[in-house]
Amino acid sequence: MTLERLLAGPPKVINLGLEAFALELQAAGVPVVHVDWRPPAGGDPRLAALLAKLDDEGDEESRQ
Amino acid sequence: MPVRAVVRAAFYQDSVALMRVAQELRARPGVREAAALMGTPANHELLAAAGLATAETKAAGPGDLVLAVDAETDAAVAAALAAADGLFAARRQALEAAVRVLPRTLDSALRHLPEANLVAISIPGAYAAAEALRALRRGLHIFLFSDNVPLADEVALKREAARRGLLCMGPDCGTAYVGGIGLGFANVVPRGRVGVVAASGTGLQAVASHLAALGEGLSHGIGVGGRDLSTHVGGPMTLFALEALGRDPATALVVLVSKPPDPTVLPRIEGALAGLRKPAVVCCLGAPTREGPGRWVATLEDAAEAAVATIRGQAWHPRAFADPTRVRARLAALGARSDLVLGLYTGGTLAHEAGLLLDPLLGPGRARVLDLGADEFTIGRPHPMLDPEARAARVREAGRDPAVGVILVDLVLGRAAHPDPAAPLAAAIRDARTAAEAAGRSLAAVASVVGTRDDPQGLAGQVAALEAAGAEVLPSNAQAARFAALLLRPDLAPSLLGHSP
Repeated sequence: MTLERLLAGPPKVINLGLEAFALELQAAGVPVVHVDWRPPAGGDPRLAALLAKLDDEGDEESRQ
Repeated sequence: MPVRAVVRAAFYQDSVALMRVAQELRARPGVREAAALMGTPANHELLAAAGLATAETKAAGPGDLVLAVDAETDAAVAAALAAADGLFAARRQALEAAVRVLPRTLDSALRHLPEANLVAISIPGAYAAAEALRALRRGLHIFLFSDNVPLADEVALKREAARRGLLCMGPDCGTAYVGGIGLGFANVVPRGRVGVVAASGTGLQAVASHLAALGEGLSHGIGVGGRDLSTHVGGPMTLFALEALGRDPATALVVLVSKPPDPTVLPRIEGALAGLRKPAVVCCLGAPTREGPGRWVATLEDAAEAAVATIRGQAWHPRAFADPTRVRARLAALGARSDLVLGLYTGGTLAHEAGLLLDPLLGPGRARVLDLGADEFTIGRPHPMLDPEARAARVREAGRDPAVGVILVDLVLGRAAHPDPAAPLAAAIRDARTAAEAAGRSLAAVASVVGTRDDPQGLAGQVAALEAAGAEVLPSNAQAARFAALLLRPDLAPSLLGHSP
């Protein structure tokens, strides 16, 4: 997805975080999916970052 | 004096939902204080400071919701806690009705919207980088609203984004406009020919709103986050965005808004501006204006005016006030003040701009400008653009402070901001002025509003509400700061207003 293509029309958005942002985009007619996000690893940021790293490394390998 | 708290384990709510529920609980009969917070270390400190910490709350972790109520009777406490559960359930129902599906992960969301091209992230900063990296690796552009993201993570995210040809707007990106759609705190502005690259959310909002007032609009507004032009980050997203707007056929002119770039980064920015092949206006607040490339201006208002004049092929010169005759009349009506200008701001860049204008006009020690959206004021609570109470309390405090002669405030409208921010600010200004008068003093309030007539709050009504509370409302932040300075230094009038006609 090049930047030119992003700028060519309204974005299509995945929203993680403030619900209000998803609702505003939806009201503006923008395709949006809101993620029911909650802190991973019981809210331990260091453990969460480690899990994310492992998850994504696995992900990259599986695609190669 | 019952205080009771309950913990809902693994029940995450965002900061806006928590703020709204806490506000509704505080408004209930018999309730003295109420809190609805996630059990983070910072929030445990807030609970203790508010006298709301109990044995139950101390066990709550960052993924657990804490509800605590201090009320006059046990019955009032129980009713408030029950009401809180009902309020969260109602919010959830409204959200589910509006968005239909609520996937739990980014990958699951992508299955629902495979054509997605942008991920907007506003989760707490400690978790934001991991989700942002995941989005980049899926080939998605990022709007990263979250603040408190470590600098090293920002460097890594932007390196990854640049490697993949993706945009990483932020961290701490408050506002952006992509393809005519506002993200984050965004004023409702028309589409047009001006493309903005901004290292500041409120800076972008101010320029966009001034452009709208002048009858022009935005092609795109690309936010890059306040640290992009620092030596550590090196300006990768500013350079990427400048290059993209340079190629964009809908963009006739580019405006760059930031603090001064680090000297090690400046040559690269100058190189990009020189290579644009379309006119540019540069507003690096605090940098000495210079001769090209691009037209360098000193204020956000000047950036919009210079852009519009350039596009229309008109001559333009900066001016201190749009309506010097009216300013003269208002100064005469208000009379001179002594002592201190106290700036109480919700917009960081607006605060910075006000300080840059006030200090040289007033000299040392006569102006104090606080950015109440800065990290030190927002730990454990929402940004003051969403939650106006923290600023209202400081305005009232200023009414009791004999050192303060003028309070200077901003008010930022737009989507996702408070639905009626003028009301609590006007009430606080009224109270502060009444308190000052009761003590035999007179307190002046000077304001400016960032907004447009199409914003949900409506610019005219918000201005009228502030004026009804006795505030002087100027058409821009820069003019408001100069007006505040003139109240303390009427001797500056000839240089700022010209000689009386």
